[in-house]
Amino acid sequence: MIIPHAKPGSSTQNLTGEWKAYMPIVTGDKCIKCGICQNFCPEGIMGEVKKIPEIDYEYCKGCSICANECPVKCIAMERVEED
Amino acid sequence: MAVNCKLDVVACYPITPTTHLTEELNKYYADGKIPEYITVEAEFSAISALIGASATGARTFTTTGGQGLLYMHEPLFSAAGMRLPIVMLVGNRAVSSPLNIWNDEQDSISQRDTGWIQIYCKNNQEAVDTIPQAFYIAEKILLPVMVCVDGHYLTHAVEQVDVADESIVQKFLPPYKYPLKLDPENPVSLGVYANPTHYQIFREDIMKDMESSKELILEAGKKWGQLTGREYGLIREYMVADADRVIVGVGSLIDNVITVVNELRENGEKVGALHLRVFRPFPREELKKALAGKKVAVIDRDISIGGAAPIFVEVAEALNGTKAEVSSFYGGLGGRGIKRTHIRDVFEKMKKGARREWIATEAPKSAMSG
Repeated sequence: MIIPHAKPGSSTQNLTGEWKAYMPIVTGDKCIKCGICQNFCPEGIMGEVKKIPEIDYEYCKGCSICANECPVKCIAMERVEED
Repeated sequence: MAVNCKLDVVACYPITPTTHLTEELNKYYADGKIPEYITVEAEFSAISALIGASATGARTFTTTGGQGLLYMHEPLFSAAGMRLPIVMLVGNRAVSSPLNIWNDEQDSISQRDTGWIQIYCKNNQEAVDTIPQAFYIAEKILLPVMVCVDGHYLTHAVEQVDVADESIVQKFLPPYKYPLKLDPENPVSLGVYANPTHYQIFREDIMKDMESSKELILEAGKKWGQLTGREYGLIREYMVADADRVIVGVGSLIDNVITVVNELRENGEKVGALHLRVFRPFPREELKKALAGKKVAVIDRDISIGGAAPIFVEVAEALNGTKAEVSSFYGGLGGRGIKRTHIRDVFEKMKKGARREWIATEAPKSAMSG
């Protein structure tokens, strides 16, 4: 018998990035550290501004906004393949 | 009877054929016998209010039927999914359109996938006895229970019933304790988001618990029998053991079938009646044991437009591979009576192989438009 419930703060424990169809891959040496991707990311999972993005894939939904906004196009969206 | 179960919160929106029950509950509230009665603007609100109340640890009850039950459809899933042991009395009523206030079981049969336990009462004695059992079952397995009573045929029938007094009910029904109650001191959210990795785990769990509630229903029925002399199970057989032809049905219909069984037995015909008291969880093993190899006719007062009649489908599935020959008769909708003559006719037709057809198809004496 399981009652579906959540205690406060459980969104930090429940991972929500497992259903993405595309994942962003950053090519670090092209990155100009402009911070645009980090500011546009609706999930706030692109790491610190002024640094090369460090993506938290456990929460990334694969929306492609980062890749779309990147002025130097250093973020590629790669298909996530599953059997 | 519900009041003898020491209710905490009631929320109802009146609808025929349970309006008078709503009024009675209101009166009990006015007399101080129900601590909280929430007046609501619709059935969706009634069940939603009870979802909240039940989650705070209150024992909750409501009544509805027909369109009112359909209007609850979406929160019915939520109540079951949150594992809230709400008990609801459904006065079974036909659904629109055309508008009809009379009896069939289309309303509650259409809620069969919501995760509510469904118990169908064949008379008012069963109805009053089933309410405390419903709380007993609901609060142990943490699933809501619908107690289904035929609208008008039962809700508006005057008959003698033995209402167990409060002391018996107290002996039977332990106080309700919801293990995870909503409490500002220890906050939790109920029924929250579950992603694809988790969602199905809950659905598998509720399915398993619904299956295992059969034991609990039997336990409640037996315990109630010890206290009152009236024992209940998942199905009730009447002269089924040696019968070659058996009619299966839910609700008040079955007493008419029993009358015809008595009549035909006098002529030496081996016929029987089986009351399907519990429809969810579906007692497939019990039916298999009772009906294997026999000619079986299921009377549905509910239809699935474009498909086979719902109760028939389940009975046929349960009896698959037992060499039982299962027929489907559907009708008696919107208060069209299924009379003894129709039942005699069904027993006759069963001799000649499996059938699927309407029952009680008399043309009306008054004109319809068009």
